[in-house]
Amino acid sequence: MRSILWRKFKDRSALLVITVLAFLPALPLFHILYGIFRLGLPAFSWSFFTHLPTPPGEPNGGVGNAIVGTLMLSMLASALAIPVGILSGVYLSEYARGRFGEVVRVAADVLQGVPSIVLGIVGYLWLVKPMGHFSALSGAVALSLMMLPVIVRSTEEILRMLPYTLREASLSLGVNYWRTVIKVLIPTGLVGITTGILVALSRIMGETAPLLFTAFGNPFWNFNPLQPVDALPLTVFKYAISPYQDWIRQAWGASAVLTLMVLGLNLISRILARRLSGDGK
Amino acid sequence: MGNRETIVDPRGPIIFDIRNLWAYYGEKPAVKGVTCKIPEKRVTAVMGPSGCGKTTFIRCLNRLHELSPGARVEGEIFLRGKNILEIDPVVVRRRVGMVFQKPNPFPTMTIYDNVLAGYKLLGIKLRREEADRLVEEALRKAALWDEVKDSLHKRGTYLSGGQQQRLCIARALAVKPEVLLMDEPTSALDPKSTAKIEELVVELKKSVTIVIVTHNIAQAGRVSDYAAFFYLGELVEFGPTSQLFTVPRDKRTEEFLKGKFG
Ligand SMILES: Nc1ncnc2c1ncn2[C@@H]1O[C@H](COP(=O)(O)OP(=O)(O)OP(=O)(O)O)[C@@H](O)[C@H]1O
Ligand SMILES: [Mg+2]
Repeated sequence: MRSILWRKFKDRSALLVITVLAFLPALPLFHILYGIFRLGLPAFSWSFFTHLPTPPGEPNGGVGNAIVGTLMLSMLASALAIPVGILSGVYLSEYARGRFGEVVRVAADVLQGVPSIVLGIVGYLWLVKPMGHFSALSGAVALSLMMLPVIVRSTEEILRMLPYTLREASLSLGVNYWRTVIKVLIPTGLVGITTGILVALSRIMGETAPLLFTAFGNPFWNFNPLQPVDALPLTVFKYAISPYQDWIRQAWGASAVLTLMVLGLNLISRILARRLSGDGK
Repeated sequence: MGNRETIVDPRGPIIFDIRNLWAYYGEKPAVKGVTCKIPEKRVTAVMGPSGCGKTTFIRCLNRLHELSPGARVEGEIFLRGKNILEIDPVVVRRRVGMVFQKPNPFPTMTIYDNVLAGYKLLGIKLRREEADRLVEEALRKAALWDEVKDSLHKRGTYLSGGQQQRLCIARALAVKPEVLLMDEPTSALDPKSTAKIEELVVELKKSVTIVIVTHNIAQAGRVSDYAAFFYLGELVEFGPTSQLFTVPRDKRTEEFLKGKFG
């Protein structure tokens, strides 16, 4: 009798310990979110979202230009990384059987491991130096290099998951392989591929390092990809290390905006992923 | 072997004339020197124990075999007098359709679009009335029309397994092939759906030649006019089903039919 109770007790306490440990990684996340929103949300106001930055001490400064810049950088980077990433993913999943495929795969993995500041240097060498000035485009190139491996590998994995019978269904109707890829495989895997893209996007939106010597920052409105732009992470970086109270307050605000954007993307990709596992019903 | 012919040429028109066909996976042959003639607008059953090369054999007939890694084909396959190994596989596959073991409708497409997939995927534009007519005709031929006519714009994957298989048959028929290859089309289905598909096969031979792989001897007896018996990659016996079932000429055919292996 006693031993059964003892075993039950051990069982229960083990469960308790595991539950607590499982919760541990979530703890810092909640702490961070709490901190960001507690300090960041009070900075939100109409002028915060729509105005340009002002010198310290001057009221009604905003981060409108940085929000525009972040959106512009994200879109440019996506426009560069999505087509190339999907095509390489298709290549790896459908065509690469030999050594060359292995080379591409390893390259993608290595690229994923390159520190983001190094990618910033690449953007500098490829575009800033030849052009002679900083630009949104050079920042987008650096960010797209960060997105690329994520999109390549997720596309490859999604396509590999599709059953061979799906390809056969199309091929047996006299559809060639390339059309089968475009018209059957990519549409069938679209939800998964999109999820990969959103994950990649949410990774780059908060990046500061690749932008330091590419997009550089710009205290004015800029909609020209060939000119430098501001970005929310740059604003956070600049304001947070400043000694001014209202700038620091705005740094928290900008962090909250970024966090909300990333959380939003995460949420969307989660909903898509659920649809994916629910067989697209 | 022996004094009696084990490969009997069918009477009437011939659609496939297969000569010394070898099919390999890498160095390993899975179909070894098959020679036979397939009769037009008849049902030919392909039988034999597991792994004897039935699937490989029929996948040669629409050139799907060569897509497997390391796969290779040797010999000649004449389709109405033209060697299909020398023409564009895409053209061959339009003329020789296929239905697979597991139903494989396109999951992103509606029932309607699944039937028309052979046109849509190739970017062939159809007028609305023409498309409607093709869909109805193919679904009627596949004995599915009455069950789905009110839900044509639902996903194909909503259907039951048996209905999905008939949808795949309709999809194959919609491009008006001359031959329909079927690889154990009922092995994933319940008895009722199986009976439906068997009925359908018999009905369809009025308009299309059918080559059907089956594990089920009784099924071959019910639906086929001619039967081929494969053993270890060789075509051991070929002839009218009635003859092959009652007086098999090869010892191995006889043993297979008695259920000694398989
Ligand atoms: N993709 C492949 N790669 C290598 N060998 C294969 C492949 N597919 C089949 N084989 C081999 O070729 C031979 C014939 O296989 P096949 O699938 O044609 O047989 P089957 O008669 O259809 O069998 P079953 O009744 O089990 O479907 C078998 O020995 C099998 O192991
Ligand atoms: Mg088989």
